[in-house]
Amino acid sequence: MKLEVNGKQHDVDVPADMPLLWVLRDVIGLTGTKFGCGMAQCGACTVQVDGAAIRSCITPASAMAGKKITTIEGLSADVSHPVQRAWIEADVVQCGYCQSGQIMAASALLAQKPRPTDAEIDAAMSGNICRCGTYQRIRSAVHRASELMVSGGGKEKSHAA
Amino acid sequence: MLRDIPVPRSPALSRRDFLKAAATASAGLVVAFCLPMAARRAFAQEGNAPAPMIPPNAFVRIAPDNSVTILLKHSEMGQGIWTSLPMVVADELDCDWSRVHVEHAPAAPAYAHTAFGMQMTGGSTSTWESYGQLRQAGATARALLIAAAAQKWNVQPVDCRTHNGFVVSGKHKASYGELADAAAKLPIPNEVALKDARDFTIIGKPMRRLDSKAKVSGTAEFGIDVKRPGMLIALVARPPVFGAKVKSFDAAKAKAVAGVVDVVQVPSGVAVLGKHFWAAKQGRDALVVEWDPGAGAALSTARLLEDYRKLAQKTGVVAKAAGNVDAVLEGAKVIEAEYGVPFLAHAPMEPLNCTVEIGADGCDIYTGTQFQTMDQRTAAAILGLKPEQVRIHTTFLGGGFGRRATPTSDFVAEAVQVAKASGKTVKVVWTREDDIHGGYYRPMWLSRMRATLGADGKPAAWAHTIVGQSILAGTPFAAMLIKDGIDGTSVEGAVDAAYLAAIPAHRVDLHSPTSPVTVLWWRSVGHSHTAFAVEGFLDELAHEAKQDPVAYRRALLPADARERKALDLAVEKFGWGKPLPAGHAAGVAVHASFESYVAQIAEVSVEGDAIKVHRVVCAIDCGPVVNPLTVEAQMQSGIAFGLSAALHSELTLKDGRIEQSNFHNYPVLRLAEMPKIDVHIVPSTDKMGGCGEPGTPPIAPAVANAVFALTGKRLRRLPLRLA
Repeated sequence: MKLEVNGKQHDVDVPADMPLLWVLRDVIGLTGTKFGCGMAQCGACTVQVDGAAIRSCITPASAMAGKKITTIEGLSADVSHPVQRAWIEADVVQCGYCQSGQIMAASALLAQKPRPTDAEIDAAMSGNICRCGTYQRIRSAVHRASELMVSGGGKEKSHAA
Repeated sequence: MLRDIPVPRSPALSRRDFLKAAATASAGLVVAFCLPMAARRAFAQEGNAPAPMIPPNAFVRIAPDNSVTILLKHSEMGQGIWTSLPMVVADELDCDWSRVHVEHAPAAPAYAHTAFGMQMTGGSTSTWESYGQLRQAGATARALLIAAAAQKWNVQPVDCRTHNGFVVSGKHKASYGELADAAAKLPIPNEVALKDARDFTIIGKPMRRLDSKAKVSGTAEFGIDVKRPGMLIALVARPPVFGAKVKSFDAAKAKAVAGVVDVVQVPSGVAVLGKHFWAAKQGRDALVVEWDPGAGAALSTARLLEDYRKLAQKTGVVAKAAGNVDAVLEGAKVIEAEYGVPFLAHAPMEPLNCTVEIGADGCDIYTGTQFQTMDQRTAAAILGLKPEQVRIHTTFLGGGFGRRATPTSDFVAEAVQVAKASGKTVKVVWTREDDIHGGYYRPMWLSRMRATLGADGKPAAWAHTIVGQSILAGTPFAAMLIKDGIDGTSVEGAVDAAYLAAIPAHRVDLHSPTSPVTVLWWRSVGHSHTAFAVEGFLDELAHEAKQDPVAYRRALLPADARERKALDLAVEKFGWGKPLPAGHAAGVAVHASFESYVAQIAEVSVEGDAIKVHRVVCAIDCGPVVNPLTVEAQMQSGIAFGLSAALHSELTLKDGRIEQSNFHNYPVLRLAEMPKIDVHIVPSTDKMGGCGEPGTPPIAPAVANAVFALTGKRLRRLPLRLA
């Protein structure tokens, strides 16, 4: 089947029911998207499909034909996306394993709601578990990313929303 | 003061030793140095230690391009040592921080923990145990660079100074990169001067993490991301109940799955190897295994609780005692309560995994581990190799919390067995269900607390009976760390509670029942249950004495107790006693663990049966601080981890099977539930303590005590449930 990931076409020979997560990780070799639960409970596998955050661990790759998939690797070529910059500025990461998913969820949220309230952040980001408990810094980083996005910069190189 | 902390002298190294260490690194300067093993904790305590030799360590590499690579002997699992430990080296080295790179060190005796004698990360020890060692490494490198420059310019070393990666003397100036090769050829000085703490430019300053860029771009390599030539992915069908064995298995259906390459039996179960995870997973789902369940099939947590309650009626092995507790309690008004916590999985976000590549000259293991030495020895024993033939490549750990530090090296040993049995390079990956069902849990604990108050309201007698499985029993650590029948990790936080000094008759005793369930340290180890029991019960006594919970604690803590400094700071910053919003109440807890002292005050409300934690003020005295940003992050992290246990997580066994399986029925804290946490650091020149774990123990009792203040309901079991 054919998949468009980060603006690049891939022709992969995989079972139709194989979740997108494993096609990305084990077949295409994009390991930035993580496995955490396999049942859409933790958000580590979050990628964007046509700009919307989805859980790739339960999404069959075959359902992705003709859609634009963006992974953390496609968010920016040089760590310049405002969400990435805000994450670094706020010193968010700890073990870092969940952060690809957190960042893909946050960037999808900000594309929809450039100025999210705390309640909107809570609602959009509570599907992404962080066992290190970086939530407080995530909240402040989402607000910071919002400021950076409104003031412009960093988006043009992104394949993301 | 930091400058008063003695740092062991650097013993002379033989030229051969130095070259041996240097040979393991690339071009440029490699600084090797020794640390007196017997010094152990000494450099963070007082007194000088003798200086026996151990093999040299290599911590610093300076390349001709001026980049400085610092080898980290510990594992980065979120706790921030990837940044804070290089800060220690870089400050003494006086290098350009923006040119610092970090790598995990290989497994080698030279990288042994200075207190535990093996390479490992745990016990919130990394910073204090390597602080002196790393300062010495940085200072030695700097001294060699100065010596090289002095030789080159024909000046005296004392006439040279360093600044941000350069050596300067009069009109001369050379970068560290230019001097590195010459410096590497010079003899290691016997003694180097360390900076006065007043001169620190990096240590003690808030510094952002060095691993952020990799971790926000998806390029940081975790064990699960490792790829080796010809590698297959394996999932293992493990026993459904603890202690069960494979009776027979039929691999036909598994092998019929497209992409499945092989099915092999290993000691822990049956492994299905596939071209990718999905094939291996489908194959394992199709695998038919008949198990011999064994005695574990009768296990239930309800039954265990009954057994524990019976045990708690009797006095166990006495771990600490003063006065005649029974005599004081006899005939007095006894306040009695039972506190309990369940089995818990660590559930790090990265499921366990390990990649093994067996070659002609040894074995390469790629994994996120906290226990390099144990893993290396275990793998060597399985393969009939020498330990040095097993090369451990430590990746980033997607969380550890203790689960990646198993005395049995369970997940590493299993992967080695799969590689050995199949003859393939293989990455064994656990699913979340495998993780939740896989044992090595925080033990289930029960505490029976009894006390009576004197006329002044203070406890006149305190009896604390603890029941729960020993973590250390049956491990290689047992001989060293179980003394007179007491596993110190079972009673830590109870026997050393600072309040006991003020209670004339007190006793802490322990029952250590066994069960087929495998148990392990879980962030904060014994403190994860003792703080809840001690701080909860103390709150009950304050209420009984009709005293304010803070005032009651203050009255019991010795005047110079570091707990008290933390408590006073938290009380001040929270505004204890000031009115709170309607429907809110506050609870306090203070607890020392891993040589740090933490007080937390939680502000809660209740909606229906749900407990909402709005705000936590946390104060910590951890002694001198290397990176305040790390301390803040680790307090927030420890609190969030503790809140998962306080509000949500619980494992139960029925018919020998764990009833939970994934995050839908083993819930953990989510973003919307994260309180606003304010962290305050007690300015301190006391002994340096740990940071990764001490934030966890106080939060559950602080929240439970707040719930009592609000509702009058005393919750004595975790997770806290109002209905």
